[in-house]
Amino acid sequence: MELRKNYFADVRKDDLNEIGQPRPRSDSPGHVTGKTAFFADRNFPGILHLKMVRSPHHHARIRSIDTSEAEKHPGVVKILTAKDVPHNVYTILILIQVGPEDETVLADGKVRWKGEAVVAVLAETERAAQEAAAKVKVDYEVLPAVFDMEEALKPGAPLVNEYHGQNYYLYDSGECRKVRFGDVEAGFAGADHILEESYQSSPIEHAPTETTGCVVAPEGNDRFTCYTNTQAMFFTLDNTSIILQMPGSKLHFVGGTVGGGFGGKVDVIVEPIAILGAKLTGRPVCFIYSREEEMQISSPRAAEKVVIKDGVMKDGRIVARKVTGYTDAGAYSRHSPYGAQKGAGHYPGPYTIPNVWIDTYCVYTNRTPSSAMRGFGVTIGDFALEVQMDKLARLIGMDPLEFRFINAYRDGDMKAHRQPTEGAALIECMQEASRAANWPVAEKYMAMSSYVKGA
Amino acid sequence: MAKVPVQFTLNGSEKAEFIDSGTTLLQALRDKIGDTSPKGGCHQGTCGACSVIIDGELRLSCLTLAETCDGAVISTTSGLSESGVLHPLQRAFLDTFATQCGFCTPGMIMAAKVLLDHTPNPSRDEVVEALSGNICRCTGYEPIIQAVLTAARANSQNAA
Ligand code: FES
Ligand code: FES
Repeated sequence: MELRKNYFADVRKDDLNEIGQPRPRSDSPGHVTGKTAFFADRNFPGILHLKMVRSPHHHARIRSIDTSEAEKHPGVVKILTAKDVPHNVYTILILIQVGPEDETVLADGKVRWKGEAVVAVLAETERAAQEAAAKVKVDYEVLPAVFDMEEALKPGAPLVNEYHGQNYYLYDSGECRKVRFGDVEAGFAGADHILEESYQSSPIEHAPTETTGCVVAPEGNDRFTCYTNTQAMFFTLDNTSIILQMPGSKLHFVGGTVGGGFGGKVDVIVEPIAILGAKLTGRPVCFIYSREEEMQISSPRAAEKVVIKDGVMKDGRIVARKVTGYTDAGAYSRHSPYGAQKGAGHYPGPYTIPNVWIDTYCVYTNRTPSSAMRGFGVTIGDFALEVQMDKLARLIGMDPLEFRFINAYRDGDMKAHRQPTEGAALIECMQEASRAANWPVAEKYMAMSSYVKGA
Repeated sequence: MAKVPVQFTLNGSEKAEFIDSGTTLLQALRDKIGDTSPKGGCHQGTCGACSVIIDGELRLSCLTLAETCDGAVISTTSGLSESGVLHPLQRAFLDTFATQCGFCTPGMIMAAKVLLDHTPNPSRDEVVEALSGNICRCTGYEPIIQAVLTAARANSQNAA
């Protein structure tokens, strides 16, 4: 690794012992010898296999559920429906007071997305659980569904989630998160050029090599040990405690070894129902997503739409930026209200712009609930912002890198959400990128600094 | 369900089990014999995490019926190091940071081992081809390719 010591030389202490040194990872010896214990490597005698009956419809009322045939299937030990779950309606972020509770562990009266969990079947073998699940009869009355965020926001659109009452998350700031800085309309009025573009992304599946799941063992002391690959140990423990109305002291979570997560394993999905199964049967239980479930059922990154309107001067200064961001939460909140809020904090990007207007919406549709994934809330926004930056540079006939130097935020600049910029380092990163990519820029940009006043 | 007897050599030791007919080798190894080094990433032959070596050939244990392995000689990653000394491939995977989450690693090492057993000095293209049935979602593959090339070099130096 090459460390560039010329940047920040005057403000940096070079007394680092670890940084820049290769250090062996403590978990790798287990990986290369096959000794690392992933959750599914735990096996217990008499373990039961849990399989879900899932909604084949995007939006439907459940008229009735008939489990009688499934119960007779050889090997079936227990069948769970909504009424078995002590606190069936939950939302993950309730732990930090982001409500309302809007999602069912097992569907109760209604399904809001195709693939939603309706009935859990526990059986002696995976095969028996699968076969019995196919025998559960659910009578659905199909309802109109909405898949497009703008359609969902129109008056008269089918209501996705009654716990919200409207197809967007209601923040304390209203129907969206808002940032207002300067006078964006005045900025547009004084600009040499206006460019308005919209950008869209599809949901993205993390596709970890290890699928989501857990193995639960009831202990002799009334506790349950849950081996899980969650990325959110305490979120999962605390939410499980709420859902099962069971004190946290009864729950022993063992984890930290995750076979690829990328944000896709932060939802609380498999553990509460598996622990409930273990509680009601007194047997160990495993609930492991099939590859198909991992791809179709686990939360993807949200689909997003970003509309950016910019006012730019011929000399390269962006004088006004208006961003409207839409995050498709799917049918339930999970982490999406937070993702959309993060977007509001992240726009207008790492640029200093005097007039900014931002609205970000978290929208409910009848699609698979989305959630966290690597920089969710900002990654798609960055794609949109940087494509927009290239388009703006082209519009005024300027080199795209020099255009970014002109607008780059620097230490001391006030950001749109009124945090002064500190430790920006963007100028220096671009200087190094210019060298490394052999994309020369004018000398004055190479002499700029993020933190030296006047440079 | 009628049980089927099956007997094979696993990493040098004799194993005998009664299994349900239709049990995959992956299930038999993991659930019956307790060798959890082969991983189940898909159970449908698409990810390579369950790769093992059967009679010298690379095989997907999730698509191999255990009862077809009667009399076979099977190797898995858990049997690769000898008396605590890492195999050159294991060493190279450590040294080139070719593991992140580690879930693909045992399968990757099996695929690499079969390559090096047949082709001790592979080209980069041959390494890429040999690993093409194994999915890694963490590393971006480059460190894994480097690990295999590094192990090949270490082998040829030892041989020389
Ligand atoms: S588990 Fe065998 S190829 Fe994926
Ligand atoms: S290291 Fe995670 S899948 Fe390869």
